[in-house]
Amino acid sequence: MAKIVNIAQMREHFPALNQKVNNRDLIYFDNGATAQKPQSVIELINDMNSGTNGNIHRAVHELSARCTDLYESARLAVKEFINAESTDEIIFTSGTTASVNLVANSFTSRFISKGDAVLICEADHHSNIVPWQMACKRAGAELRVLPVDQNGEWILDKLDSLIDSKLKIVSVAHISNVLGIKNPVQEIIERAHRFGARVLLDGAQGVVHGKVDVKDLNCDFYAFSGHKLYGPTGTGVLYGKREVLEEMEPWMGGGDMVDSVTLAKTTFAPLPLKFEAGTPNFIGVAALGEAINFVNRVDIDFMTAHEERLTSSLNKELEEIEGLTLFGKSKQKLPIFSFNVEGVHHTDLAMLLDKMGVAVRSGMMCCEPLMTRFGVTGMIRASLLPYNTIEETELFTKSLRKAINMLR
Amino acid sequence: MSIKEVEQQIVEEFSVFTDWLDKYEYLIELGRSLPIIKDSGKEDRNLIKGCQSRVWLAADYSDGKIWFTADSDAIITKGIISLLIRVFSGRAPQEIIEADLGFIKEIGLEQNLSPTRANGLLSMIKQIKFYAVAFAANKQ
Repeated sequence: MAKIVNIAQMREHFPALNQKVNNRDLIYFDNGATAQKPQSVIELINDMNSGTNGNIHRAVHELSARCTDLYESARLAVKEFINAESTDEIIFTSGTTASVNLVANSFTSRFISKGDAVLICEADHHSNIVPWQMACKRAGAELRVLPVDQNGEWILDKLDSLIDSKLKIVSVAHISNVLGIKNPVQEIIERAHRFGARVLLDGAQGVVHGKVDVKDLNCDFYAFSGHKLYGPTGTGVLYGKREVLEEMEPWMGGGDMVDSVTLAKTTFAPLPLKFEAGTPNFIGVAALGEAINFVNRVDIDFMTAHEERLTSSLNKELEEIEGLTLFGKSKQKLPIFSFNVEGVHHTDLAMLLDKMGVAVRSGMMCCEPLMTRFGVTGMIRASLLPYNTIEETELFTKSLRKAINMLR
Repeated sequence: MSIKEVEQQIVEEFSVFTDWLDKYEYLIELGRSLPIIKDSGKEDRNLIKGCQSRVWLAADYSDGKIWFTADSDAIITKGIISLLIRVFSGRAPQEIIEADLGFIKEIGLEQNLSPTRANGLLSMIKQIKFYAVAFAANKQ
């Protein structure tokens, strides 16, 4: 199929972008929360729900076989998309949160003992903090935290005191969901590996903005959600290196993940099924496969160049607004902008923007420790995807100025 | 004036606004004009959960009536609170318990508010009613 090489071609795939909200043309800038869906994904879900529906991996009948094919094709699509070694290393989950929890449970029970340590970052999403707090509590392990500087960038000098032989795993965000900064993950991976620690990257945002190559990164785990990558909600992926996954035991038991069950003992299915207990969201996963096919159609040069244009346009527009503080200034910035405006509450701003047809996020964005770090109760976040336009960034700032004037 | 009559008065005030902009400008104005809580009232125990902005609500009981004071760090929320205070403050507990608050729908605030904010509004009303029930029980 033909590549998508410009913004007009890109937008025509997304029916949701072409609607009025509160009587205005929608400007959808809440992509960090969830992305809109291309027509091909919507159609596949409809087709499956209205015909091609049979539970996978079990029955011999035709519908089951077709669904199993679609499900396993999605696994192959994910494997190729992130350049994993094998489809055995791709585990389907319900989202990034479930992927992190899987590792926090299965990895911890196998590899982390009392006195060991886990490293996270203070800029991380709650879904990468809470599971590790829980796991460390259970294991009697120490939870270490990498701080960020006033721009939200990792303070790498601190790594010397945070990484030692007690450290078993590092779990950090590839791209911050608040700051849009692409973190220097390569450095942390190399340094963690020197001490034998594993590294999990929370790729919820990372997988959306550019090519991810897990072999090149050499991370041990990579977690992401389907719904931020143009796929359906309730789908997610955990990539794990085979050698680690083989050693880990499943944390959820049920159907489809077993080899043989007697009332006394169960042997587990081989990878990846041993981590996929119960009927998975097979329609969702098939649609995630379709979403990845869509992303593969988007010309990478167009995508990169367009995201850069959006970033620099919005950056320039926001810098001109008096009293606006932008969090996360970095050369490695993607089109995710969080800010506050002096004398104006973020919730008020978001409410007025909503009335003008602009969808942004306000509040803590599941990053309370980061909010505390910056001494704020919340922020406004505008997060863009390559289907957003330069005109939208201009209209957005116009609406923003109007809202600020009303509130000041 | 009864609660119903104050509600009716508010509905009439809002009926002159034809678009959302005027309505929100009015709410902002209401929010600005009211320093409605003493700093000493801004304690954590008076914080209402379920709002994206911080909302404090305090209640005093004297002469058989409940007097509410409240505040928020967000100005539109503060405007909405000031309407609730106008309706509820200085009322007998029983009157508060029985109020149905039809005016919120009538002035088009309910559907104009985001889901999180709507929850905040509901939490505020719930807390006001909770105070009324508590003071009514105390009285007996």
